[in-house]
This record gives sequence, structure tokens and C-alpha cells, in this order.
Amino acid sequence: MTTTRRPSDESDPRSDSTIAIVAPEYRASRGSRGGRGRGPGTRHAPTSFAGIAVRTPYWVVTGGLALLFLYPLIWTAISSVSPLPGTNQVDGWGFGNYATLANYQAGIWVYLFNSTFVSLLTVLLTLVISLLGGYAFARFRFPGKDLLFLSTLAILMVPYTTLLIPLYVLLNAVGLSNSLVGVALVLTMFQLPFSMFMMRISFEAVPRELDEAAMVDGCSSWRVLWQVLVPAVKPGLITVGLFAFLAAWNDFMAPLILISDTNRMTLPLAISNLRGQVQGVVDYGATEAGVVVLALPCILLFLILQRHYVRGFMSGAFKG
Amino acid sequence: MTATLPAEAAEAAAASARRRRHPGRRGAITGWLYALPTALFVLLLFALPLLLVLQMSGSDWPLLGGNQGWNFPENYQDAVSNRFFWDSVLFTLKYTILTTIILLALSLGLALLVQESTRWKGLLRTSFLVPSALGLASASLLFYVLYSPIAGPFAGLMKAWGFTFLGTPDGALWSTIFLIVWRYAGFYMLLMLVGLQGIPDDVYEAARIDGASRWQTFRSVTLPLLRPTLALTTVLCVTGSLLAFEQFYILTKGGPDNSTITIVQLIYSVAFQGQNDLGVAGALSVIVLLALIVINIAQIRAFNRKAED
Repeated sequence: MTTTRRPSDESDPRSDSTIAIVAPEYRASRGSRGGRGRGPGTRHAPTSFAGIAVRTPYWVVTGGLALLFLYPLIWTAISSVSPLPGTNQVDGWGFGNYATLANYQAGIWVYLFNSTFVSLLTVLLTLVISLLGGYAFARFRFPGKDLLFLSTLAILMVPYTTLLIPLYVLLNAVGLSNSLVGVALVLTMFQLPFSMFMMRISFEAVPRELDEAAMVDGCSSWRVLWQVLVPAVKPGLITVGLFAFLAAWNDFMAPLILISDTNRMTLPLAISNLRGQVQGVVDYGATEAGVVVLALPCILLFLILQRHYVRGFMSGAFKG
Repeated sequence: MTATLPAEAAEAAAASARRRRHPGRRGAITGWLYALPTALFVLLLFALPLLLVLQMSGSDWPLLGGNQGWNFPENYQDAVSNRFFWDSVLFTLKYTILTTIILLALSLGLALLVQESTRWKGLLRTSFLVPSALGLASASLLFYVLYSPIAGPFAGLMKAWGFTFLGTPDGALWSTIFLIVWRYAGFYMLLMLVGLQGIPDDVYEAARIDGASRWQTFRSVTLPLLRPTLALTTVLCVTGSLLAFEQFYILTKGGPDNSTITIVQLIYSVAFQGQNDLGVAGALSVIVLLALIVINIAQIRAFNRKAED
């Protein structure tokens, strides 16, 4: 468990060029590595017909590979508005499948609300807890610190189900059965190893002189945290929030076990149940529409925040 | 998995030296107050359930009836003698081995393919990564339709040639592996890229001067230096695959002919579908937990031993 792995990635949290994978100029120097002739990165732009002839198979193969990854998504998006017998969208293009989805059981808006509620509460709790905890782990010494940090990381070692069954019993015992708040609490706990690690190294990358100067000026540690440190660890917070949102929005197993009331179900659960709606006859069109509704926010967030997603990997937070 | 490079070790030492310069400047009580929410979550939602599952595994505990007293060795005996236990263990292991080999080989290939930074490779990286943004449940639902003999893009072909994706045990297994590879290849590619970037350029330069071929460079420079990353990705992939649930729950429901029941699916069905026996489910969970710890320690040991050679 190397907590100081790649501190350079976070040394200046505002400089995005440290996120090497997405910084185009970073790898340019490696392109010359031994002239190993691997694709366009290793040679200069093609100027001759021979160059283009050599390059064409490369474009075709890699482009085909990319298409293979994108095809299921594109196909689903298109066919969710295409006609299909046995669905609400029998002829012509349109949003019939989305209409089926909208009216399914409690209605899509209820499930959208539930999912949004659980996701935002999980993100909020994860951010607050890992911000405070990361600050404590990076800047304070207190008895039991190492034990607590290791216990947090140990969550990773324990299978999901091993914890969910007793959690089901415990939440029922404290009156949080069928509760979206209960689901958010559980999902927050599962996010803690990654988030705590991420926030700890984010704080550790901020020079101590910064907050110590503020301390000398008479600021309390609370004010130092909010006025000096939060701006400095903001990229870490965005990464933590993004991972928490994706995990919570997409989680299937926690709501499956903890929620049985159809009005409290989250979107993945509702859409999974949708398949057996009418006597085992699967409404494929509505399922496609459901997948689009589920996937769209994630893909958009991912494309907008790709840099921050990649940072989660660069941090070494997966080196559990 | 401590893979501290010398430079990083030096930096870590410097950091702890900085820390020592201001011993106990800030109160332990303040520190604890900031760590309190973490401690509460770890205690109440992690440590307590862990103890409870141990107790459950030794108790007669029906889903709706609550704790009915000790039932210690019997739960474990029942768990192991469940008629799907060994089948599910074998299937889970088979699935894990196949998935880990295919996924890691492919993601390493993808990482090598896109490691230089050009606009085109950036686009490729993004395409490979987009499926990782989807949840496993969403991806499984997507492939459920994709593999459908009625609505899928291959429906016509399936009818003409008379095959199905999910209708046979082998078909269901490979179709699920394909889904998992699609969903996770980008994720592991990114981890591999991070590892590849840790290999210094001058090592490649030296290999080139020595006249090493591309394959020789890969075998004797890239692979050995990538070992920490390979260890990490193997542990992650094995753990994830051993605990597989959603993909089979949604795609195959354990079928056809109960041929694709994983161990976690077995736990779920013992606890919530029919048998409703939390005691036996708890016993199974504890068995899985112990097996996972043993398997992970063995993997880390194996990778470390290789490193010493």
C-alpha cells in the first residue's frame, strides 16, 4: 500500500499537463523510441503515396477496433427509436419505447428521482467524509490513525455480498428498510477506500507551508481547511465525486438487496425488472430506451470530465 | 503491493522528515474530530456487519424470522452440501481464469497500441474507455437486447443459421465474457498505460542500441518492468471475476440448465430467492471471504517470488 505513489501527479493540482495520458504533447518524445514503426506516432506525417499505402491497414484495423467498442452503444441508441414488433414503437421512427418506459409501474420520473436522490446523497456524503477524513489523515497525528486508515482500505478486500446481507439485517433493525437513505449510506461506505486514499494524497501534495502560514496568522484549522485547502484539493474532489456518482448511479446489487418496494427502486433495478413485465414477454424496445436513459448521463459526464476520470487511475488509488 | 520507485521513496522520506519537524503541532483531538465521520462509517457500516455475518454464519437465521440461536457447524455443512455449491465454485473459477487471461492480454495490447500521444490515438483511447462509464448492470441489459433472437442486430442471422448466444452453456459463458471484455478493456488499458509510463525511456533506448528486436524488447524489457502493474491488474480482475453477479443475474439468470451459476449468485438465491436462509448464506459469504483472502495472498506472493528471481 504505497501512499506516496506518484506524488508528482498531484504536486500542482491546477496544472493539467500532469495528467500525462490525456496531454497530447507528453508522449511525443517517446514517439522516437527506437523507430519501432508502430503507427503514426512513430513516424512523421505521411507525404508519399507509399506512406499512405503502408498506413491504410493500420487506420482500418484500429478504426474497426474503435467501432467495435462504440457499436453496441450506437446500435442501442438508434434502435431505441426504431420500429420493432411487440413494442410500443411498431412502425416508423419515434419515441414510443420511451413512452412505455415513462409509464412503467411507478413511472420513469419516480425512478429517475430515486436514482438521482441516491446518487447525489452518495456524492455529497462521500465528498464531506473523505474531505474531512483526508485532511485528518494528511495533516494530523492522532492515536489509532494508521489502524483507521487501514480499516478503511480493508473495505476493498471484503466481497460486496458478504457485507450486504448483514447490512440488510442491520438497516432493517434501525428502521431503514426500503430506504433510499440506507442505500446511499451503504454506497458511501463502499466508496470510502478509493475516496479516502484519493483525498489523503491530494492533501499531502499541498505544501504544508501553505496552511501553516495561515495557522500562524491565527486561522483555526476549520478555516484553513475551507479557505486555503479546499481550493487546492479541488481536482481531487472532482475525481472523488465523479467516481462516487458513477458508482452510485449504476449500482445494482445494493438496491436489489435493500429495496423491495417498487416505488423506491432505482433506475437500474426498475429497468431490469421491466424485462419480465407482461407474463415473461420481454419488451426489448423499452429496455433499449431504459439503457439509453441509464447510460446517457454517465457517458456525458465521462466525456466532460475525462481528465478527472483518468486522474483517478494516475493517483495509484487502485494499488490496493 | 509496495512498488515504490527510488525517487518516490526519497520523496516519501522527505515528506516524513517534514512531518517530524512539527511534532504534535496540532491536537490529536482535532484530528479525531475530522476523522470521526470516517470512523463512524467504518465502524457501523463495515466492522459491525462483518461481525454480524460471522454470527449469522453460525446461527439459524431465516430471512424473516431473525436469529433463532446457534446452528454452528450445520450451516457450513449445509453450505458445502448445497447441490449447486461445487458446480458454482467450478464455474466461477473457469469464468475467472478465462476472463482474466483474455481481458488482461487484450488490454495490454490496446495499451501498447495507443500509448503514443497523437490525436488519432487519443480518439481510440476514448472509444475504448467509453464503455467503462456504463454500469455493469446497464452494460448487461444492453447486451441482453443485443444477444436477443428477436430484437438483436443478429436476429436474422440467428434465425437463418439456427444458433443462439445464450441458449447453450458454452454460448452463455462466452457471450458473458465478451460483454465483460467490452465493458472492462478500457479500464484495464488505462491501468496498463499508467504502468507503461513508469518505464523510463532510456531502458528502451539501451535495448535499441543493443539491437533488440521489437518482440525481444517486449519480452525482456516491457513485461518484467510492468510486473507491479500486471500484479495489480491480475488481483483486481481475479477478485472482480470471482465475485461476478450482475452480468449473470441479468444476462443468463444462471441458465441454461443452471450451467452459469456463480458463487455470489448462489449466495443471493440462498438468502433471498426461495430458501431464504441467511445463516447458510452467511456461511457461504464467510467461505468466499476466506477464499478470496487466500487467493489474493497467493497471487501477491507468486508475483513477489517471480520478482526476486
